Amino acid sequence: MKKYLEALYRTQVWRSMFRHGLPESNRTRAETVFYNFFLHVHPTKVRKRSVKFTYTWGLGGLSAGLFIVLTLTGALLMLYYRPSVQQAYWDMKDLQFVVSSGQFLRNMHRWAAHAMVAIVFLHMLRVFYTGSYRPPKEFNWVIGVILLVVTILLSYTGYLLPWDQLAFWGISVGTNMVRAVPFGLGDKVSFLLLGGNMVGENALVRFYVLHCFIIPVAAMVLMGIHFWRVRKDGGV
Amino acid sequence: MSNEKKPIDDKKEGLLSRRYFLEVIGAGAIGMAAVGSVVLSGTYLAPNVVKEPPTKFKAGPAENYPPGSVTLDKEQKVFIVRAKEGYFYALSAVCTHLGCITNWKPEEGIVACPCHGSKFDREGAKIDGPAPRSLPRFAMSLDDQGQLVIDKSITVGDDVTLKV
Repeated sequence: MKKYLEALYRTQVWRSMFRHGLPESNRTRAETVFYNFFLHVHPTKVRKRSVKFTYTWGLGGLSAGLFIVLTLTGALLMLYYRPSVQQAYWDMKDLQFVVSSGQFLRNMHRWAAHAMVAIVFLHMLRVFYTGSYRPPKEFNWVIGVILLVVTILLSYTGYLLPWDQLAFWGISVGTNMVRAVPFGLGDKVSFLLLGGNMVGENALVRFYVLHCFIIPVAAMVLMGIHFWRVRKDGGV
Repeated sequence: MSNEKKPIDDKKEGLLSRRYFLEVIGAGAIGMAAVGSVVLSGTYLAPNVVKEPPTKFKAGPAENYPPGSVTLDKEQKVFIVRAKEGYFYALSAVCTHLGCITNWKPEEGIVACPCHGSKFDREGAKIDGPAPRSLPRFAMSLDDQGQLVIDKSITVGDDVTLKV
């Protein structure tokens, strides 16, 4: 077995992907993290204190993991869901009762969404209580707050898509709250969000595009900056 | 022929250097393009035509509404009220709090909102919050075929009624 593995490590295909030796010395261990795309979100050296599970509770990593679950299940749900007043509700029902594993994927998306809001919030509490917002990490705290808002916006825009009574009135109430913004701005913002004066076809398509493209892309860019700064500050 | 170089003086009084002039022109052009694209995107986001139901609609002949009745037109979100004395008025069914559709509760004789519990009387006056205002009353008229016509784009005072 060992003989075959060693032969594998000597092949050009292996050497072209992993240009360093096995992680047997401090140097090659550092290289393993440093030269691997997936591992390089972690610093090559981590303080023992900050890998302690009860320091972070893994909440940031869990949030990122849930985001990946939501992206994958969301992409699959998009294959059957059409954002139109005629079809949206019935496509959602088809996903529940007709499509193989549809109910499972929909529920996974739903529960992961609820969990992500809760866990992002808990992550924020953890960062607050460990004082991890203090200099020089103030700016990453600000990005984190924006990411919390982005998470809530993702949750809220997804709320309309099933196009049932709860969705319809939830968005009616929410966009009416927006109307309370002073200086006549509220009505304008609400009109832009809904693409009209009431929750209808335009609103459904707008919330769909926000939910499936615009807000996730914004979240990914912000997450990139967030993780990069965590890494530079020596976090896990 | 003297080959002496004249020193280049960027800060000749009243004269811009070529570099600075080109920088200003370039930055100005990029700035104008940026502002233009923001303005164009902004106007693109606001639809010019919205396919929403017309605000003026026919509510059928007056005989359809018995005296003392409150009828909700769910499609138009309007209560058509015929008072016991026989006169008509049209009340918005959209809660003034956050836009839910209110319901007529005949057993209590009030209009109630299912979302946050606001209450109004049959005249549309606010009884209980969180709604900030009473329900507005819409303009009502009778067309030449004897049909009630309601125009939701015109609100009228709470003493305006239609005598049929």
